[in-house]
Parts: sequence; structure tokens; C-alpha cells
Amino acid sequence: MSHATPGTPDRVHLDNGGRAPWHPLARQAFEQALGDGWADPRRLHAEGRRAARLLDGAREAVAAVLGARTQEVHFTPGHTASLHMAVASAAAGRRRAGTTVVTSAVERAAVLQAAAHTAAGGSVHPAGARPTDVIVPAARPGPVPVDRLGRVDADAMIAAVQAPGVALAALQHANGEVGTVQPVDTVHDAARAAGVPLLVDAGASVGHVAVPGTWDLLAADPADWGGPAGVGVLAVRQRVRTTPVGPEDEDPWAPGGVSVPLAFAAAVALQAVEADRVEQEARRRELVDRVRAQVARIPDVEVVGDPEGRLPHVATFSFLYVDGEALVTELDRHGFAVGSGSACTSSTLEPSHVLAAMGVLTHGNVRIALDRTTTADEVDRFCAVLPGAVARVREMLGVGGL
Amino acid sequence: MPGTLVDARGLRCPLPVIRLAAAAKGLPVGAELTVLSTDPAAKLDVPAWCRMRGHEHVSTVEHTGDWDGWSVTVRLA
Repeated sequence: MSHATPGTPDRVHLDNGGRAPWHPLARQAFEQALGDGWADPRRLHAEGRRAARLLDGAREAVAAVLGARTQEVHFTPGHTASLHMAVASAAAGRRRAGTTVVTSAVERAAVLQAAAHTAAGGSVHPAGARPTDVIVPAARPGPVPVDRLGRVDADAMIAAVQAPGVALAALQHANGEVGTVQPVDTVHDAARAAGVPLLVDAGASVGHVAVPGTWDLLAADPADWGGPAGVGVLAVRQRVRTTPVGPEDEDPWAPGGVSVPLAFAAAVALQAVEADRVEQEARRRELVDRVRAQVARIPDVEVVGDPEGRLPHVATFSFLYVDGEALVTELDRHGFAVGSGSACTSSTLEPSHVLAAMGVLTHGNVRIALDRTTTADEVDRFCAVLPGAVARVREMLGVGGL
Repeated sequence: MPGTLVDARGLRCPLPVIRLAAAAKGLPVGAELTVLSTDPAAKLDVPAWCRMRGHEHVSTVEHTGDWDGWSVTVRLA
């Protein structure tokens, strides 16, 4: 048995969702931008202009991948900040329509929290508002439910979007925890017809699958595609009316400006992963199919997420009578880093709201996200180690014969 | 409350489901069990256990007051 330590060749890192290793070209780009782009891009001198050129180039490159205009793409302090600002400012831009933000039940916590904040009036401070502008909200509908596979009920979402008082709708492109792809096209059609902008959280999908064009605001996460953390991407179609919230700043999407080296490295990483995305998608989809099939042979397991309409690199499963924390630790001891949505692995001791909304088993949960550097050999080694690890954890709990 | 009572209050996942499964062992088809739990995962995982094992999830009742949690009743199939 190996007791591999982090960073050694024996380690197999299978927890790459939302934080993947940097693409080698991103490292190179970062180094280059430290030399050429360290200055403040808002200054007028040669050094400032050089940094501004790198930042403009980065926006242009990201825009090309997202199918957006360059001026529609903004760098932000990170993915969570993108989602918070997108919800708050798009809802504020439509405050006359209402303060309801329609979401699916499996949106990222940042979206759900921002929607609740908006509904509570937290972000709506219209200048010159009169008391008559304040509308006491009726009982608000909860997030739109999903089925057992994690796919949102499109009809219910459309009905919710068409209801009065809706400022904004938010639907993720794909769920990063379970891999299920959402019916973004259908919901966007209905939202457009109702005049409601749609925010698409593509944080788990950009760089892994083709990006849909059916969005009004789109958030993407460089840390997920092999770029740096500490910078986010938010694209806002020109037709969408937004009202900045918070104190005034020259750059409302990144008060004080973003780090040019981080933004540049993020853009270069995106170009790099897009260059062979189709091959990587097929390769990783095959590996994930292999994992799902192998895992399904372990007794008392629920393999989670849509088997067909799914991200190519994410696999999630829950083992009955298994302590999620113990299993993550046992796999870590054997050199495999995995994620989990089980309550015992979270600081709040609440199970993942995604697993809860799907109605699947929440304990004994393991999720993996394959990086583009993950090899078939590593996946096979994981599949070989997993049944024994599950059996040992079950043995510790004394659940034989249940 | 009819049937067998499984008091799993204070226990964290997956122990409430394990206690329930242990109590169900050897009971006849149609027997009802009610598990009391203070762990939010149990109200999700007991119905999931029913589905995986082919049993019937009868009801989930939230408790507040002398203790906060859920009582979940199942019927064995």
C-alpha cells in the first residue's frame, strides 16, 4: 500500500472540478504577463498601455470562444463574484418588473444565495425611490425542482419565468457536482419570449464542451478549465440592461481592476483547451463511462446523474452504509484525491443541496472530475482500489449482511 | 406510533440508515419501522434506502420542540 504525499508521482488527483491544475501554456502566459503586464492598465504611460493591450487581447480571446463581442466580456475577481454581481445587477436593471429571481434547485450556492438576497431587497436600492415603488412581494415560489437525474423540470421553469414579478432567471449549463446538462436552449427561448434575461452559469462546462449561444448573461470559471483562480469571466449581452450595485467604480465588474497576468493566463488557458477540446471530450467521456460501469458493479451503489446528457469528465456515486468522510480519507491514504457531497464532508454538516434536490442517496458520496492530464491507467487504478476501500469502510461500521 | 421504533437521534449519517437496516433485519414483509433522527441527511437517505431496497416510504414528519429533527416511517416489502 502506498502512502503517497501530495505532489508526488504516486498521487492521482481526481477532484478537478472548479480547481484544476494550470495548463502549461497558462503558466508560460502568466510568466510573460508578469514581465509585460504588471502595470496598471488604466494608466496612460507606455507600461500601462502595454498592460492594457494584454488585457484587451485576453478579452478578445475569451469573447471569441464564448461567441460574444469583446466589449460584452468582463473579467471579475472570481466565479462566485461573477454570479453574485450578475444576479444583483441584472435584477436591479429590471427592478420595475419585480425582484423574483427564478432558479433551478441545483444552481450553485452562489446563485441561490444571490437570488435570496435580491428577493429580500438586499441589492435593490434605487436612487430616488419613492415609498410607492416598494411592492411587498407575495409568497415566493422556491427553486424549480429537478428529476432524479438532476435535470430541471423545463415546463415548471418556463411557467415560473412567465409569472409576474420576475426580474431574472438563472439556469446552469451543466451541474458540476453530478454532470447533468440542463435544457438551457428551451428555457432561454421561453425567457426571451417573456422578456426575462437568462443567466447561464457555465462554470463547470466551458473548456470541456461546446458553449451554447442561448444566454443573456454567462459566467465562466478559469480555475475550472486549467487557468488561474482569483479571476472570473462574466459575459453580458449588450441588449441586457444591468444596473451596477455597490459603490461606484470605474470598473463595476471588478472594482479597482483585475490582475492583468491572471486574466491573460486565463485567456491563454482557454485558447489552449479549446484547441483540442473535442478530442479531450471524447477521451474523457470514454473514461467516465468506464468508471460508471465499474462502480455500478460494487454492491449497494447509486451511480448519480444523467447517463446520457452529461459533462464528459464528471462522475458521481453514493454507496449505501458508507461514511463519506471515511471513504474520502481511505482513498486519500491510497493516493487518490476525490470530492464528496456527503454531509459529513462539509463544514455545515448539511448534505449537498444538489443530491438532496435529486432525491438520491447523500451519504457515502464520491465525485470525481477528470483533468485533461488524467490518464486511462490512473482511472483503471482508481477503479481497482475503490471496491476494497468501500468494503473496508463498511467493515469499520459493521454493516455486513445488511 | 405503530411498529418498531429506531431512535437514531444524535447520530450522524450514515448511522441512522444503518440502525434502521439492522432493526429491519428479520422483520416480516409489511412491518413498519419509524426512525427518529436529528441528522438532516437522514430525512433524505431513509427514502433513498427504501427505493434501493424496494421498501415503501410511508411518511416523514418534522419535529420541533423537545427535540428538533424528523421521524421517518417505512414499510418493509
